[in-house]
Amino acid sequence: MDISVIYYLVPSLIMFCCGVYGFVTRKNMIAMLISLELMLNSVDINFVVFNRYLFPGQLEGMFFTLFAIAIAAAETALAIAIIINIFRASKNIDVTDITKMKF
Amino acid sequence: MDITLPLLILVIPLFMFLLLGLTGMKMSHKLAGTLGTLGMGTVLVLSYITAFTYFFSGAPEFISQAGDRLQLTVFNVTWLQFSESLVIKLGFLLDPISAMMLIVIPTISFMVHLYSLGYMRDHHGVYEHGFQRFYAFLSLFSFSMLGLVVATNIFQMYIFWELVGASSYLLIGFYYKKPSAVSASKKAFIVTRFADLGFLIGILVLSYYTGTFDFMALTSAPVDGIANVSQVSITTAEGIRNIFETSAAPMFMGASVLTWALVLIFMGGMGKSAMMPLHIWLPDAMEGPTPVSALIHAATMVVAGVYLVARLFPLYLMQEAALDIIVVVGALTAFYAAMVACTQVDIKRVLAFSTISQIAFMMVSLGVARPEFHHGVGYMAGMFHLFTHAMFKALLFLCAGALIHAIGSNDYTAMHGLRKYMPITHITFLIGCLAIAGIIPFAGFFSKDEILTACFGNSTVWYIWMSVVAGLTAFYMFRLYYLIFWWKEHKVHNPEHAPHDQPWTMTLPLVLLAAVSCVAGFVPFGTLVTWNGEPMYAYEGFLTNLKHLDWSVASISLAVAVVAIIIATVMYKKENPLPAKMKNALPALWDWCYHRFYWDELYQFITHKIIFGCISRPIAWFDRHIIDGTMDGLAAVTNKASVAIKGLQSGKVQMYVWFYLAGALLLGAITAICLM
Amino acid sequence: MESVGSIIMYVVIALSIIVFSVLTVTTRKILRSATYLLFTLFATAALYFKLDYEFLGAVQIAVYAGGIVVLFVFSILLTSHPGHSSEKLVSRKRFLGLALAVATLVVAGYALISRCSVMFASLPEMENPDMKLIGETLMGTGDGQYLLPFEAISVLLLACIIGGVVIARKR
Repeated sequence: MDISVIYYLVPSLIMFCCGVYGFVTRKNMIAMLISLELMLNSVDINFVVFNRYLFPGQLEGMFFTLFAIAIAAAETALAIAIIINIFRASKNIDVTDITKMKF
Repeated sequence: MDITLPLLILVIPLFMFLLLGLTGMKMSHKLAGTLGTLGMGTVLVLSYITAFTYFFSGAPEFISQAGDRLQLTVFNVTWLQFSESLVIKLGFLLDPISAMMLIVIPTISFMVHLYSLGYMRDHHGVYEHGFQRFYAFLSLFSFSMLGLVVATNIFQMYIFWELVGASSYLLIGFYYKKPSAVSASKKAFIVTRFADLGFLIGILVLSYYTGTFDFMALTSAPVDGIANVSQVSITTAEGIRNIFETSAAPMFMGASVLTWALVLIFMGGMGKSAMMPLHIWLPDAMEGPTPVSALIHAATMVVAGVYLVARLFPLYLMQEAALDIIVVVGALTAFYAAMVACTQVDIKRVLAFSTISQIAFMMVSLGVARPEFHHGVGYMAGMFHLFTHAMFKALLFLCAGALIHAIGSNDYTAMHGLRKYMPITHITFLIGCLAIAGIIPFAGFFSKDEILTACFGNSTVWYIWMSVVAGLTAFYMFRLYYLIFWWKEHKVHNPEHAPHDQPWTMTLPLVLLAAVSCVAGFVPFGTLVTWNGEPMYAYEGFLTNLKHLDWSVASISLAVAVVAIIIATVMYKKENPLPAKMKNALPALWDWCYHRFYWDELYQFITHKIIFGCISRPIAWFDRHIIDGTMDGLAAVTNKASVAIKGLQSGKVQMYVWFYLAGALLLGAITAICLM
Repeated sequence: MESVGSIIMYVVIALSIIVFSVLTVTTRKILRSATYLLFTLFATAALYFKLDYEFLGAVQIAVYAGGIVVLFVFSILLTSHPGHSSEKLVSRKRFLGLALAVATLVVAGYALISRCSVMFASLPEMENPDMKLIGETLMGTGDGQYLLPFEAISVLLLACIIGGVVIARKR
């Protein structure tokens, strides 16, 4: 049995759907951020898999993933800084309470 | 001729305007006033040198071998070049009339500068608010007026024409806290602007067909041998008539385009010179300070219209229809203004209507001038009268200013019997009245007599008409004189506060102008200022004018003046019931005169009821309801829509994501279905 | 044709990815959620190893597992009380999330099945990219080399550090 490209893509898709579910349902902002990481990760997998199957000799997909990881790290650090600041201000990190940024 | 002096004549007042306008508020009042006066004094000296050089040096650039006076373009620089043919130049043209104006304007302006040093402060010596601004505006006006008279082309004249209008506006509205002054300045501005519309159209029509703005090209022919020199010539104007009579220049509404152009240009002059029916701004312009009335609204700016006609006189000669229009307008205005002046109470109003009447005299004089009759004596007479009138009318206005300053009211009913308290003012005012009434040997006699001679040469009707007006002039001036200085005396309760003569800065101009008014009539204008520069007669010493007087005309006009003065003496010297009786005898006439023949009411009716009511209101309605309504509607719809949908911006991040992803999925699903 | 070992390896990796992902978003304790995320990331790293991208797998472990998850754990400890589990989810919200996830699954899954099921059936042969090549690609300025993005990201990270300090600083 060969492991075709779809065998890698389906777990990645499921991971993405989990991220979507978590992002929409969880109230805790750190949990939302974790869901976000899941989605990002699944996209990374797609890059790598397509690179590996379609252009095996080249490194584009891999480098894209590399940079995506770096950016994800930066984004997470900043998001956590914001969350901690919000926590400091309101003793709470529920996203449902942060509704002032409207209108 | 060296260009330094002419250039300085223009630059010094401009510089004084900028200096006083920009830094005047940092100066003391005294310094600003002194600086302005000194600047004007310098200009006075320079202008005198220039004008006297022109008239008496006898240099070949000024006077031909045959004795004709020539026109000299001292400089003429290109200011704006729009295209090959459309060039606007600024320059300095020296010829008999501009040289004459170079004497008139700085003289009066300097007198007014000096006089205002005393006038523009109250009895305790405190300067008026905006004293420096006043001097800055005076300098601006002097600059503009000088630029106007020395203009080398009609466009330069138009530019300075507007500048004098603007400075007149600024000075009428000098007391900008007084609502009447503000509305008077607006009235003057709008009325003259309306007239200037005609002027501009006239300029455009004229220059469109002739292809030039230049006065030289329009009215003069170059003189061989000397650069920049030319001579007023009817042949050049003939050439222009030929241009207009070719098929390229069509007839318009029964008159040639040249006639239309000249009449439209005259309309500009009507506005500036307060000819009927555009005269309504001048009486109201008396709201400005009295020295301003003397300078702008009596002596210089208001004669700009006369000057304009004189400048283009050879062109007008080509179209006698235009000259006839000028005569009719002038004669009607002269009579109308004289009638009104007989009933006014405000002394400045009387003088204002007198000014209108006298300017109309000049207009008539130009209008009746024909080269065939006495070498165009009307032209000379008009210019002569402009000269003498500037002197004695400025004198009268400055006297009026002294009276108003002493009494604190414009009304003669508050004056009566002032001759003992203000002897200098009394004597000088009397000299002014004698001059304007035309009593020999005062200035007005000679110039008015020449005008009447010119009228007589043209038509007997105009001669009789203008003689009647001259009689009215003598009557109303002496009525004013007696009502101010004689009539019954007011009791003076406190001798210390009795009216008295003014400080030397105010009396000196009065005395000087009175002296000039006594002798100005002997200036041999016939040898100096004629329509084509050719002297009418040779100079024969101090009494040249007397020798060339037409005594048949002169004696009649003298008799008319004397009779009018006697009537005025009988009616007004002492308190008596005669004036009231006459008023009751012809109440309608008196009413019409007193209300200035209801011209203001007519204008009020036309502008408010007809223009505002029938044109402006519907347009305003359209603007407010249709155009604004559309815009407001758009704004309101946008606003409502945004209020309606702002609930979607709930601030709930998860719902945003939900909607975003749902939308993205929908798009994906549609794509998938389409690709199926 | 893959070896049986490889297939078993694949099955283990795929199953752990699926299971741990689901657990990450369904567990109610936030700390556990972070732990399951760690496992998911490890499984992803294993997947990279299996696809012969050893350097990438190492980076995944070092940065994600070693850095980000530690950051998560610290922030969780800072912002929540120990032993505190999040309140029960509102059923309506849960339904909405589930519907969206399932819709994503269906649409994207349909696209995958209909387009990719028959393509690229077998894993092509590939040399494991060696460190020298990776280093040169990362630091080169030529065609297909990535110095500029590398520098851009370094600047981004710097900005991020400063931003993080500024935002989280006590006033």
